[in-house]
Amino acid sequence: MSESSRASTRKELPEHFKAYKHVWVAIELEHGIVHPVSFELLGEGRKLADKRGAELAGVVLGGDAASVAEAAQSCFEYGADLVYTIIDPVLTHYRNEPYTKGLTDLVNTHKPEILLLGATNLGRDLAGSVATTLKTGLTADCTELAIDEEGSLAATRPTFGGSLLCTIMTLNFRPQMATVRPRVLVMPPHQEGRSGRIIARELGMSEDDIITKVITFIADRDSNKAQLTYADIVVAGGLGLRSVDNFQLVKTLAEVLGAEYGGSRPLVQKGWITTDRQIGQTGKTIRPKLYIAAGISGAIQHRVGVEGADMIIAINTDPKAQIFEFAHLGIVADAVEFLPKLTEAFRSYLSVNRLAG
Amino acid sequence: MPAFYLRRHLARCLLFQFCEPETTERRRRWISQERDRVMHIAVCMKQVPDSGQIRVHPVTNTIMRQGVPTIINPYDLFALEEALRLRDKFGGEVTVLTMGPPMAEDSLRKTLTFGADRAVLLTDRFFAGSDTLATSFALAAALEKIAREFGEMPVIFTGKQTIDGDTAQVGPGIAKRLNLNQLTYVSRINELDTAAGTITVERRAEGGVQLLSTKMPVLITMLEGTNEIRRGSLADAYRAVSAKIVTWSAVDAGITDITKCGLRGSPTIVKKVFAPQAHAEKATMLPVEDGYDAAAALMNEIFKRQPALEADLMRFASGQ
Repeated sequence: MSESSRASTRKELPEHFKAYKHVWVAIELEHGIVHPVSFELLGEGRKLADKRGAELAGVVLGGDAASVAEAAQSCFEYGADLVYTIIDPVLTHYRNEPYTKGLTDLVNTHKPEILLLGATNLGRDLAGSVATTLKTGLTADCTELAIDEEGSLAATRPTFGGSLLCTIMTLNFRPQMATVRPRVLVMPPHQEGRSGRIIARELGMSEDDIITKVITFIADRDSNKAQLTYADIVVAGGLGLRSVDNFQLVKTLAEVLGAEYGGSRPLVQKGWITTDRQIGQTGKTIRPKLYIAAGISGAIQHRVGVEGADMIIAINTDPKAQIFEFAHLGIVADAVEFLPKLTEAFRSYLSVNRLAG
Repeated sequence: MPAFYLRRHLARCLLFQFCEPETTERRRRWISQERDRVMHIAVCMKQVPDSGQIRVHPVTNTIMRQGVPTIINPYDLFALEEALRLRDKFGGEVTVLTMGPPMAEDSLRKTLTFGADRAVLLTDRFFAGSDTLATSFALAAALEKIAREFGEMPVIFTGKQTIDGDTAQVGPGIAKRLNLNQLTYVSRINELDTAAGTITVERRAEGGVQLLSTKMPVLITMLEGTNEIRRGSLADAYRAVSAKIVTWSAVDAGITDITKCGLRGSPTIVKKVFAPQAHAEKATMLPVEDGYDAAAALMNEIFKRQPALEADLMRFASGQ
């Protein structure tokens, strides 16, 4: 990864790209609901746009006018100056073909300088297609976005499983594209009643043009799957629990606290938990108010997924464990013995005070 | 490997060398007879450093590559197994493609032990430093060449992402370049009709599963945990030892425009590489002693530092 001296490491933006201005966020609207990552991106996009003296736009594609209008209003309230909309029945469910065409056409017509998407299943499906169509640079899964002294987007992302960070730039192509995972960025304040301009465009595609058909959509019955990322309290376990039976201790504490539970990557490999409960670089990024890590050593891969938490509690037998380097409060103890005590402490405190109240 | 097993292994390898041409010939004949029904399937694979074992030099902040073992990107094994299952069901061949340094041959050979029929290594110094756009360009060119040489592929598989790059963007890039219908995060192939050229899959979407139907050719990125890679037969293990890995340079793969490869073909540039900053403050350690209720002390400390949390919890407890 040495710094090469080739031409494109210098900024020599071709003339036809100089018309590209403004910061865009592709809004994920599905089944009438906007994914929270879209608002997080608007918060960050606002800062980038202000730094560039540019406008911040949301791009909302959807199947029905009412939910698109509602999503557009939310965009204004989270900081957008304007919203581009495309309303067409073929956009009811997310599909790669019509969404790629819609977003690519908008980019070619209105020329944004920066285009941000969520690093979700939808965003990653769409971003690769759009970037390849536009033949521009795309930096995936960024953890930090900034504008450098030359006015280019400096996108920082973890590499090699989080052991290193690298800052990546697209100097001579436009738009500069980046994706960011949910919960990496802070949710911006909601400004009730804020408004902006809507620019409506047509898709120019009919159902007959689209090869892939959505036969049905089966919503998750276990809605918890999606909730770990946005939970206020998360309790997680690691190999220090020693057995899958002991993992129940994590679940019990989570239950008492009304929390979600998860685990480190080795637990997924051992089959103790499912992949959608994995926390860390290759799993979920979380940003809870309280994170309790029991028997987790805190390798860098885990750290990058949890360091956004307001408060991190670490329980580990090894006083030298890496987790104590970034936790706020630490207890050197065997999690298997300590978790039941902590559960009991919370249980009795909450029951006593509930009765008193 | 104990000496006994090693000897037996080598003996069988020798034995297999004599069997191998016949096996291949038989399979080829069968393919030509059943051309309309069998499938040629490609799987894109990447050899990656085992990220769990990477260490950063504490002083120089550089990756200590020495001694870090390389593995097949774990996500790609789900793609390979799904491809092998389709081959087992419909007959045909599985070709595995990787782009990487010559040593990526090790991982390709490993895919042969699982039962892949052919392995193609795309290797050239022109590919060094490729970002996702340049990578999908090179792989797409190689896949077109594979189609010309070994037969059209109605299905091309990739893993959902790699564990070193984590971008999940190369699969969609290939689909766009080859004009394939793109099916990402597939958890199940429900139906595949070779005569009609249609395929129905379950795709993991946000908050649910999409049941999608489309026409082949398709590019599928396979979700993890959807299957388990087979152990591979002994015959496959022996064949893998002596099998020829098809090795192509950029020119061999039919790439004429070298400026679209490697560093030169990558619109993104790596400006800076650095180690994550150490946290300024280490954890406050709470004492654990006999006769002292550390659990209650921890709870009180949490509430002291986060009073709002205590109120939240109280509301939760009252609502129960």
